[in-house]
Amino acid sequence: MSTETEAQVVLRLQGITKRFGPVTANEEVSFDLHRGEVIALLGENGAGKTTLMNILFGQYTADAGEVELFGQPLPPGAPRAALDAGVGMVHQHFTLADNLTVWENIVLGVDHLSTLSLKPRQVKSRIRTLSEQFHLKVDPEAKVGRLTVGERQRVEILKALYRDAKILILDEPTAVLTPQEAKDLFATLEEAIATGLSVIFISHKLHEVMAISHRVLVLRHGKLVAERATHATNREELAALMVGAEVSAPSIESRAPGAPLLSLHQVSTPDQGAAPGLKALDLTLAAGQITGLAGVSGNGQAALSDLLSGLISPTKGELLLAGAPVASWSPRSAIAQGIARIPEDRHKTGTIADFDLTENAILETYASRFSRRGWMDWARARAFTKDLIQTYDVRCPGPDIRIRLLSGGNMQKLILGRVLEEEPQIILANQPVRGLDIGAVNYVHEQLAKARDRGAAVLLISEDLDEIMQLSDVIHVISEGRLSPGFARGSMRPEELGGWMAGNGFDAEAPDAA
Amino acid sequence: MRLEPIEAPSPARRIVPPALAMAATFLVAAALALIAGGNPFAVFGLILTGAFGSKFALLETLNSATPLIFTGLAIAVAFRAKLWNIGAEAQLYAGAVLTVILGTGALGLPSYLMLPLCALAAMLAGALLLLGPALLKTRLGVDEVVTTLLFNFIFLLFISYLLEGPLKDPMGMGWPKSARLTSEARLPRIVEGLRLHWGFALALTAALLVWVINTRTTLGYEMRAVGQNAEAAGFAGIPVTRVILKTALLSGGLAGLAGFSEVSGLKGALTLDLSPGFGYTGIVVAMLALLHPLGVVVAALFVAAIFVGADSMSRAAGVPSYIADIMLASALLFMVLAILLTKFRVRRD
Repeated sequence: MSTETEAQVVLRLQGITKRFGPVTANEEVSFDLHRGEVIALLGENGAGKTTLMNILFGQYTADAGEVELFGQPLPPGAPRAALDAGVGMVHQHFTLADNLTVWENIVLGVDHLSTLSLKPRQVKSRIRTLSEQFHLKVDPEAKVGRLTVGERQRVEILKALYRDAKILILDEPTAVLTPQEAKDLFATLEEAIATGLSVIFISHKLHEVMAISHRVLVLRHGKLVAERATHATNREELAALMVGAEVSAPSIESRAPGAPLLSLHQVSTPDQGAAPGLKALDLTLAAGQITGLAGVSGNGQAALSDLLSGLISPTKGELLLAGAPVASWSPRSAIAQGIARIPEDRHKTGTIADFDLTENAILETYASRFSRRGWMDWARARAFTKDLIQTYDVRCPGPDIRIRLLSGGNMQKLILGRVLEEEPQIILANQPVRGLDIGAVNYVHEQLAKARDRGAAVLLISEDLDEIMQLSDVIHVISEGRLSPGFARGSMRPEELGGWMAGNGFDAEAPDAA
Repeated sequence: MRLEPIEAPSPARRIVPPALAMAATFLVAAALALIAGGNPFAVFGLILTGAFGSKFALLETLNSATPLIFTGLAIAVAFRAKLWNIGAEAQLYAGAVLTVILGTGALGLPSYLMLPLCALAAMLAGALLLLGPALLKTRLGVDEVVTTLLFNFIFLLFISYLLEGPLKDPMGMGWPKSARLTSEARLPRIVEGLRLHWGFALALTAALLVWVINTRTTLGYEMRAVGQNAEAAGFAGIPVTRVILKTALLSGGLAGLAGFSEVSGLKGALTLDLSPGFGYTGIVVAMLALLHPLGVVVAALFVAAIFVGADSMSRAAGVPSYIADIMLASALLFMVLAILLTKFRVRRD
């Protein structure tokens, strides 16, 4: 571990401020990163972590402040400068070409693929050396398109190491990994810092931050609110710092289940590209209950969500609503049957960016409620939207502005209002608070709890275990399209759920296990 | 250099680039006029008087704008829903053929029945012609740009066959030309003695109707939703496939009307040069109008004025009338660039 005074400062941020219109994304952020040090950048979604890194990489120009790399000031707004100076970044969403091999991806952008000076054999042997040294097992000849998510991440890290990165930035690296893969990643990082690399680890997962970092910087609303040496702090303190003491999460009491409103019997759906479909899945959503679905992303959540949304039908098995099997299944029939759907991607699936709030608010109900003999009743639609804006506290200039101008939280409130106004019996909430600030998060959670209290069955899909454990009356884990048994609130510890998330325990459950 | 999206473009941002695009168009034309040995101001003046300077010129411009309004509307309707109909040319001819089949004496109907019948049949023919590619798109994912574009050539050869064979005018001295429409099947002139026919009024009505459909009807809302974001529309329960098919019928129908209006209002018979590419020029018109149905009327008048004006200018000034084609092409290119600049700002790295 580095001692702050002696180790060389490799990166210094000084008074970084960035505003987007009235929103301040970063305010007076300053910190140093030392050689061989891991600092964790901790903060809720929207706290300004990504903006800060984009400034470092020249994607944005800071309104004030400066960046110093290895003692040299970094020219603002120059994307290659940080890369050339030895900063490597592994993004949440990988930037690899599927149709190229691992080694080709690694040299892409460093060397020209077509030049004669490129010596594939040397490149590959260097990659092999690096991958052994840092425990990054991956075949240089493999096509990236065929790799698992964990392997792709290793390629991204190798790419940075191949370029002699001295500073490695990892943006939410474990969001897509199983606990075992995350463990391997940490082993790699240990190795890397031993050789003098410095790491910025961006996360909102407290246990990871505690496990890997030397120092923790907490960002809240764009400001650096705290800096702690990791050994001198604990998860509780960090959690409090991250969300701030002024807002408290709604306390939600457990409820006994009511009648089953929706059941899946041995339902299977086709795989969707790399993401598995459902595999003979049984699930019952009961009235007056929030059912939480935990799991590492890409394990069948999308298939389940698409199924309940009406976008796909089961290829095998049965979908029952209030005990009766459904015949034809489409988004429109799902809505007609009283299923409220809060989609995972509110920008692409939930709203139409260039439509105004009114046009977005009636997207699901225009045909039944705002249209007569083929003519739209815009006056009524507008009045309805005005009510929605009031009732659900959507902060906006009015119903006539395009929805793309709203913040994520307000957009989500409009979607919530749109579906909850119909008094739905069943609610599907897929990642309903992703990217929202803490106030909006609490609002969404309160609304879901309220709907449950009036007797609705809620399915909450989330990758955030804390959210699942806080809200759910019963928790299932999904892994590779299979579902764990339901665990009552409070009967499971996170570590045990983590085991299920890693895929342990399913073979014993599976009826056709060898 | 890279492009950064602008979240909320200011009014100036929305007006200045298109205005600059038009200015650039005239600048290019002026340079060409100079090269051709003409005085740019004189050339523009002659184009202007050639298009609007006399009653005759004005009516000629309005007549020329008529088919462009129809095809421009056809394109605007389709493009709004992101259905890339490049086949308005064939759909126009399909409408013309049906008009000729029904209107050359096969039916003995009075004018007030004959004309609506021909118009409806022309719309149906155009609509059905686009339904095929639309079905291929929605069922099999076949790219409609390819199918509609290539079908234009096939269909024109088919028309050529018809005009040499079954539809050939027996009194036509061997020319590939259909028989003439009976007087009951001819669209009358709006004012007796002046060349302007009722097709122009029909085109204006169509533009107004499309505008009403877009803004007031459920179908218009659905078409816009599907065009803007088909994924969100489908998720919300809008029947995306059915909306695309309805859009195709409307778009093809409008293009079919162009054929009806040209044959019945202007030419009186079908020949292979009925349309000098109205189906393609309609794309330019729709783009210049930013796909707005009322804008289509303005854009069609602009395009028609340049063509009509350039014709008369070239006789007077000796500058080739090709300058009209160049003006049109550069207007389109500059406008596409201008549209980009209303939505993005350029940033240097």
